[in-house]
Amino acid sequence: MFRESELKIFIEGTLLIFETLTSQPASVGSPYLVTDGKPGTYEYAGIIDISGTRKGMVYFTAPKGMLTVLLMRMQESDTGEANMRDLVGEVANTISGNARRDLGKGFVISVPNVVAHSPEGVVTPHPRSFVIPINWRTHAAKLVVCLQ
Amino acid sequence: MDIGPPILRMLIVDDSNIIRRRIERSQQIDRLEVVGSAANGVEAVALFRRTNADVVTMDLTMPEMDGIECVEQLVGINPDVLILVISALADKATALEAIERGANGFLCKPFTDLQLNSALEELLSES
Repeated sequence: MFRESELKIFIEGTLLIFETLTSQPASVGSPYLVTDGKPGTYEYAGIIDISGTRKGMVYFTAPKGMLTVLLMRMQESDTGEANMRDLVGEVANTISGNARRDLGKGFVISVPNVVAHSPEGVVTPHPRSFVIPINWRTHAAKLVVCLQ
Repeated sequence: MDIGPPILRMLIVDDSNIIRRRIERSQQIDRLEVVGSAANGVEAVALFRRTNADVVTMDLTMPEMDGIECVEQLVGINPDVLILVISALADKATALEAIERGANGFLCKPFTDLQLNSALEELLSES
């Protein structure tokens, strides 16, 4: 059973990636629980399926505006669709992979699956998810943790 | 005449185009020349055979063939290759497994340019 206290692992991973990649810290709002299976998405979502000792899904979702500025802060000149999808998947992969520092090798992560411009394309495996709101510069994004 | 240390050919392996480009852009080691990049382990093995690279940066979570298996194959082709694993998988067991299979170093994502170059310098100190 995923414990609320374990959210700290994902919050720390989220803060680390923004600080490291952009040298501009993000902040997170109070995490909240969604029980209707609809934690919501922005334009792009990078989805990691979780298997092994935990089962479920972790996804990072962000609007195009945030991803564009993130790419620019990373000195990436190509802000086209392919790199938007690449970035949202890489952020999800990095946060999930970093969680193995605490959750161990049994926390098995998939390669990223990216859903863009199709919020209905993101279906969580369980109705219960924790949502971590992320604020960076003027942009809002979220990390959704849906684990048994 | 001092001809300096030899140029080493470097291959970048990562399923993220952004990360491949970032590594190429950020690495500032004079001795390294990037000779190619691959998006998965299968591509990497084929490119490694063609380029005979001396140094490889290797992601672990990739489609087709993951990085751990790819490390093993590259070392099987050339036991002297220097491999720096660059992965988000932050648990010690994975780092140890990569080293046991033949990798020479491990850098955890996310990384700064400074961390990348320090890790590459340390890798090259083994050559």
